Amino acid sequence: MPLLEIRNVSRRFGALTAVDRVSLSVEPGEFFTLLGPSGCGKTTLLRMIAGFDLPDAGAIVLDGRDMADTPPEKRPIHTVFQSYALFPHMTVAQNVAFPLKMAAAPAEEIAGRMKEALAQVHLDEKGGQYPHELSGGQKQRVALARALVNRPRLLLLDEPLGALDAKLRVEMQIELIALQRDVGITFVFVTHAQPEALALSHRIAVMNAGRIEQLDEPSRLYGFPKNRFVADFIGKCNMLAAAVIDAGSTGLRLSAKGLGELAAPAVEGVRAGETGVFAIRPEQVRIQAPDAPLELENHFAGKVHDFLYVGEVTTYVVELANGLRVEALLANSAPGRARFFDVGEPVRVAWRRDAGVFLRD
Amino acid sequence: MAQARGDRVQRWLVGGPPSAFLVVFFLVPALIMVIASFRYPGEFGGLAPLLPAAPGEEAGLTTENYRVFFGERIYFEIFLKSFGVAALTTLVCLAMAYPLALLIARSPKRHRDLMVLLCVLPFASNFLVRVYAWMIMLGPFDLLFSKFAVLAAMVYVHLPFMILPLYTNLEKHDSTLLDAAQDLGANGWQRFWRVTFPLSLPGVFAGSALVFIPVLGMFAIPEILGGIGDWLVGNMIKESFLGVRDWPFGSMLSLMLTVCVLAIAGSAAWLARGGVARA
Repeated sequence: MPLLEIRNVSRRFGALTAVDRVSLSVEPGEFFTLLGPSGCGKTTLLRMIAGFDLPDAGAIVLDGRDMADTPPEKRPIHTVFQSYALFPHMTVAQNVAFPLKMAAAPAEEIAGRMKEALAQVHLDEKGGQYPHELSGGQKQRVALARALVNRPRLLLLDEPLGALDAKLRVEMQIELIALQRDVGITFVFVTHAQPEALALSHRIAVMNAGRIEQLDEPSRLYGFPKNRFVADFIGKCNMLAAAVIDAGSTGLRLSAKGLGELAAPAVEGVRAGETGVFAIRPEQVRIQAPDAPLELENHFAGKVHDFLYVGEVTTYVVELANGLRVEALLANSAPGRARFFDVGEPVRVAWRRDAGVFLRD
Repeated sequence: MAQARGDRVQRWLVGGPPSAFLVVFFLVPALIMVIASFRYPGEFGGLAPLLPAAPGEEAGLTTENYRVFFGERIYFEIFLKSFGVAALTTLVCLAMAYPLALLIARSPKRHRDLMVLLCVLPFASNFLVRVYAWMIMLGPFDLLFSKFAVLAAMVYVHLPFMILPLYTNLEKHDSTLLDAAQDLGANGWQRFWRVTFPLSLPGVFAGSALVFIPVLGMFAIPEILGGIGDWLVGNMIKESFLGVRDWPFGSMLSLMLTVCVLAIAGSAAWLARGGVARA
């Protein structure tokens, strides 16, 4: 049985439908992420799961029990807020002990579990300090310890890493994964940062305009986006307008506007005559000199428009015959990496016939 | 260097005049009052000369006023009563102002300014006029010249001084803290008692000081609305200067009142320091 079920939930604010007939289920022990741009409804959905807001339609079911009549303080669900929301007049220890006190746990149990929770987030020494004496990362850990200390069924995290700087964010991501594995509590994580979502989650629901665009594992979302929104939102993607010439069992033949024909992997249900875009990731596009041997089926001539060297890779922007710009990623450690291409230099971009995906309009 | 000196000159230009004002009109009178409390009263008010004009005349300095003050129970009792009235007024103001301040602070932003304005509206009319208005109100109910009349008017006059600092504090509270408390299992009462109230303590202390101290020195309300038994320190001081014209005794009473207030405020600040520093 799923731990959490969202059944056909809608929430409207005046004329705006913030959440539009969303259904999903979260399995016990899962690290589940709601990903989407700001205003997509992910935070509204999170607030409804926590109980701060109620759906206009549909049901939120936890452990098989409808939560409609359960106020936030009675739900076995805790939240880590974006601003941490630590109580400024309490010490770290008092903050972490707060949920235990509210649950009227015996004093000796409170002390033990508070220490255990602080140890879990490596803050054993900081119990006597006040929140304003801590760094951003430490506050974050206190918020986590406080939310986990009385072992909720579900932990909600509302953009918890948003306020941290880039380096600390990566450290906290690694800690979050380890922490979730250790405590075995189900996490529902809300973010607009797709690298974070891909790195942390078992499954991701990509949301846009109140609806779920795609719900899948990170690698499938990245490799097989279902539509243009997902392809564009998750990672970088080159998009070529294309029409289907032939749809066989082995693959599709597409005609890219102003470029010519190309081969693409088969997509279920796509027939000849349909139009859409062919989406391909920059790292799947190979860049080579025009006179190099042609090993791959799909190849187009162009010239280097610009490039961006960032150390481990160089991103080339190649302008094709039809004026379209395609990004190609070249690992600087690639075997046989002989030379760089300069701006204006004629090159060829190429990719395998099983790379990329055709997305219908 | 020139820049630093320019800054210093600027600082003196800005801070100098108000500081000078305070020295001339606050510090100097306070010192005069201290010295006056050790002198003899003049024959028709004012102070007796420091050097005797005729032999046997009272002149120079004396501790007589303090001997009377500490020697007679009546002064201790009237001080105690005054502090009692001030404490009671403060408590009633706090009990009435807190819910109101909370209500304003949690109202939609566009209504708040109007509500605050309504709270301070009584200041638009003269204080004495408002006290006399209470006379007219209480008269028909036979409540005039009683302890109740004094307390009611004290609370009425000082309530805005409690509401404003409380509102200013409560309005700044981060509402996500209450969400967090609720999320972590706190019911309505626990959210108030464990989060809102401790965070509002600086406002509680500020408001209490703004009510407690003026009430201690108040003489108009007991005089107009109270009976002879409802007199407070303020009435004694006023009577010393304007009634029996014993300036030194009045100065001594004022000074003792100031010392007591400072002692109370000091110990309250010392007790509250932890809480205030953290919030």
